[in-house]
Amino acid sequence: MTGFGVLRGMGITLRQFIGTYRFGKWFLKLIGLDEGSGITTVAYPEVKQKHAENFRYFPFLVYDESPEDMRCVACKICEQECPPQCIHITMEKDEKGAPTKKFGRTYPAQFDIDVSICMSCRICVDVCPFDAIEMDNDYEVADYGRGPEMNFNRDKLLKSAEYFGKIKPTEHAEVEARLEPKRAKAKAAAAAAAAKAAEAAKPAEDKPADEDPSDAGSDKGDAS
Amino acid sequence: MIDQAFVNLNSTLLGALPEVLRPWAAGLVKIGVIAGLAPLIMMYLTWFERKVIARMQNRLGPDRVGIYGLKQPLADGLKMLMKEDIVPEGADKLMHTLAPLVALIPALLLFLVLPFGRNMAPLDLNIGVLYTLAVGSIGSYAVFMGGWASRSKFPVMGAMRTVAQIVSYEIPGALAVITVIMVTGTMSLVSIVEAQSQWWFVLTPWGFIGAIIFFLSGVAEVNRTPFDMPEAESELVGGFHTEYSGMKFALWYMAEFLESFAVCALTVTLFLGGWQGPAIPFWVLAAVLVIIMAMAKRLPIVAKVMGIGALVALSVVSFGEAIPSWLWFFTKTYSLMFVMVWFRGTFPRLRVDQLMGFAWKFLLPLTLVNIVIAGIWVAMPSVVGVLLDVVIALVSLVVLVKLNQPASLEKRTYTFAE
Repeated sequence: MTGFGVLRGMGITLRQFIGTYRFGKWFLKLIGLDEGSGITTVAYPEVKQKHAENFRYFPFLVYDESPEDMRCVACKICEQECPPQCIHITMEKDEKGAPTKKFGRTYPAQFDIDVSICMSCRICVDVCPFDAIEMDNDYEVADYGRGPEMNFNRDKLLKSAEYFGKIKPTEHAEVEARLEPKRAKAKAAAAAAAAKAAEAAKPAEDKPADEDPSDAGSDKGDAS
Repeated sequence: MIDQAFVNLNSTLLGALPEVLRPWAAGLVKIGVIAGLAPLIMMYLTWFERKVIARMQNRLGPDRVGIYGLKQPLADGLKMLMKEDIVPEGADKLMHTLAPLVALIPALLLFLVLPFGRNMAPLDLNIGVLYTLAVGSIGSYAVFMGGWASRSKFPVMGAMRTVAQIVSYEIPGALAVITVIMVTGTMSLVSIVEAQSQWWFVLTPWGFIGAIIFFLSGVAEVNRTPFDMPEAESELVGGFHTEYSGMKFALWYMAEFLESFAVCALTVTLFLGGWQGPAIPFWVLAAVLVIIMAMAKRLPIVAKVMGIGALVALSVVSFGEAIPSWLWFFTKTYSLMFVMVWFRGTFPRLRVDQLMGFAWKFLLPLTLVNIVIAGIWVAMPSVVGVLLDVVIALVSLVVLVKLNQPASLEKRTYTFAE
């Protein structure tokens, strides 16, 4: 009948209104009506909305055990691939210009990301062959300036792999699975190197004469 | 005792003064109370509206400034005061400044005759109803002044719409009040409230129709949704106040909110029994309020303790007394304000022709029928009269709805297409 649509509409708004209160919700349930959507917004600084695991915001650098032991080797692939060109990397070198190594790897002396330019596209993460850079989900990076305040340096960007595992468990598991064989290999290589070094440290009179020809022979045999 | 607390306070204070000063002081007190109360009412109406509309839209509404956002109106007022006051180039400066004042003063004057409680009408004019209708319609001049003086297209269009709308809706509004005057035989608002001590007029057939028509025309007269054509923000930027900024803009809003409050208060006075209410003991209300306060999550402990203490003390002091009359008045008025906000939360804006058609083709004939119904009510105070009233009301309603049905075109058949 004419006019009843108006009343029905008013009923809907009233139901939504009542449903935003605790008592109202209880009352609506009591009389068997739909409870409405309740409050759908959150009082932001006090309450934070839960975001999906894949939510991403600005990259960060991953280290394994200590901040010294970073995965990044300063290969500059991400710097070149970055569409808005917000990454700037300098490799650590000694006076002669040769890269210095720590934990058997080269490492960046300077690694800057200007987060006011970064568009959170994740391309740096995709191109990194060492899984050294990953996407963060910390969105509270506001500051009072857009010069040095927004230019995050290496120490600010470094976060542990543990943290990564906490914010993105699924992706962390994938990365770990990918890194595991490499790590095993590196470990084996390190062990071999250590063994070699240990052997090299042994009395060096007879060893070189014994081993070198046999090694070369076996290599050749494998290749042919 | 709480019922007459303010009246007694007033007379005690006046009694302390010398004889010569008393009439002057009495006037000044009334002016002071209205001038102080009105901005307060307006400020908290904005808060109320924002909160309620937010809840209807599943939001929380203002809650940053103060507990439950209670300091928000103060922050808004301060912001408005500090804003730049811009007068457009080529605008009529005097008119542009004068218009918000011309809008505000009648809105304040409306408060002069409202009976806020038992013995609490600032002035008992014997032509109170006529006075409110006359003063209430001055607002349309102000709106047109403001719109015209801005020398801008949107304000002029908004202002023209306002004048057309207010003139149209005043007629059903005034004719709806006529029924009350017919039945009570008085134009004094105080006497009208006293005449409702048995039955509120809204419970009679003519009063029911009259109350709805009066309230709807009132909503239209103060330009609130769904009748907010004058400021239709999606069409006219801001309507008549497009070119206003700073405190002048705030004055427009103040006038609008005070007028809406006055419309609600008038509806309450004329049809909903004014300050009359069922004799519920005050301590029942106090108990309910105490429970609500105790359950409130965000209220600080100090406020809780003080509020509960005050309520308990009040109910002990006034044990056995009914809920005070002024509380009834404000509760009813704010409930009607809630209905206004509820309208705003529910309905989209009407089209101009729908708006005019509603006033002239539906409300006006219905008010005329309503006058007949009220006449029968007075002439035949019996069951037969009541039944006749109900029958006339229903029949006229059905007929009017049928007549107002938009023309539906016949379904076209395409002979050659088949």
